[in-house]
Amino acid sequence: MNNQSCIEIGNEWGIVSARQAGRELSKNIGFGSVDQARITTAISELARNIYLYTEIGQIELTSVVKDNDGREGIKVVARDKGPGIENLRDVMVDGFTTSGGLGAGLPGVKRLMDEFDIESMPGEGTTITTVKWLR
Amino acid sequence: MKSVVLQHLKDNKSLYIEEWRKSLEQHEFTKQGSTFSSKDMQQEMKDEFISVVFQSIELSSEENRDAVHRFANRLIYNGWAFSEFIRSLQALRRVVLHNVSANFTKEEFVDVSVEFEDWLDEQITRLAEEFSKIQNEVMTMQKTAMKELSAPLIPVFDKISVMPIVGTIDTKRAAQIMENLLEGIIEHRAQVVLIDITGVPVVDTMVAHHIIKASEAVRLVGAECLLVGIRPEIAQTIVNLGIDLDAFTTKSTLKKGIEAALELTNRTIETSEQMQSNGGLKR
Repeated sequence: MNNQSCIEIGNEWGIVSARQAGRELSKNIGFGSVDQARITTAISELARNIYLYTEIGQIELTSVVKDNDGREGIKVVARDKGPGIENLRDVMVDGFTTSGGLGAGLPGVKRLMDEFDIESMPGEGTTITTVKWLR
Repeated sequence: MKSVVLQHLKDNKSLYIEEWRKSLEQHEFTKQGSTFSSKDMQQEMKDEFISVVFQSIELSSEENRDAVHRFANRLIYNGWAFSEFIRSLQALRRVVLHNVSANFTKEEFVDVSVEFEDWLDEQITRLAEEFSKIQNEVMTMQKTAMKELSAPLIPVFDKISVMPIVGTIDTKRAAQIMENLLEGIIEHRAQVVLIDITGVPVVDTMVAHHIIKASEAVRLVGAECLLVGIRPEIAQTIVNLGIDLDAFTTKSTLKKGIEAALELTNRTIETSEQMQSNGGLKR
């Protein structure tokens, strides 16, 4: 089983391939259809942010095992070298948008996944790490 | 003026074909998408490639272009991986330069090898050109085919139309959906439009945003939009994302949507029995 992959997001089709890879991996790990949909949607949001706000970035997908109880899960890392996010608190508020969208992307991803971590340096790029555990 | 090296290749054609064939033995010609290719099929492909390349020495550049074009065409339609062909031309370079250095003097060798490199570069460029040209054609064709499949507005009853959306929605498709929707509403004089998203694999904020915008536009032209075909897992992700679809009437299936649409236009579907009993009452 291929349990690690990295997808470049340079255009809109990259979003689709990242999504497909995510669905495949989460299915292999054993997620049910609802969680599969959550994970793919989260990947879709993260990949779209890369496509909308930066030149190029990547989505890394890894299957992981939890330290304390051995549960399996999927780790999704979105990494880019884009402009970075000025105010992290703002982007995590529902309805905040700079692209004219719904502004539900990042807070939505946080709700879709179990763990969520965002690091961003203005001018250097953004890394968002999220994990979803099997129930 | 015939170049020295081409004459040399022509004179020693059978020798070179033999040696090139041998050096290609360790080359594995593969097909894209890991489709199985047998040894025989590979050998056939290699032989054809060899003959196309050596033919080019004798053919005019026009005829040669045609031959390469036909060959590239077959490559693409049968799904052969392109990089191996470039690699095998590089194998030919090794074979020829090795022999040339034995057959010519040192002074001649420089000129001859430059000539040969030019000829080989020409071959590689031509193959790559034809290959990418055909691949572009295929892509344009697929795009057109996809566009034809994408989002038609289907009138099902008087004043009621359905738009089934199948597949991924990107920016281009979203624009097209909007256009079809609005034009179709005017054309069919629809009052209610059902947008069916059963076939949409992922509804993220962008897709939702496009659907919301489309329904607003529909409202502006005086019709109403119902969203149907929301699968349970999609419903949950929409709630998680916090997307507000309050402005929409939503139904789980197209069937329920059509019933609701009929209600909105003051009609119902009755069985013939019901009709008779109703008719009976009226009398």
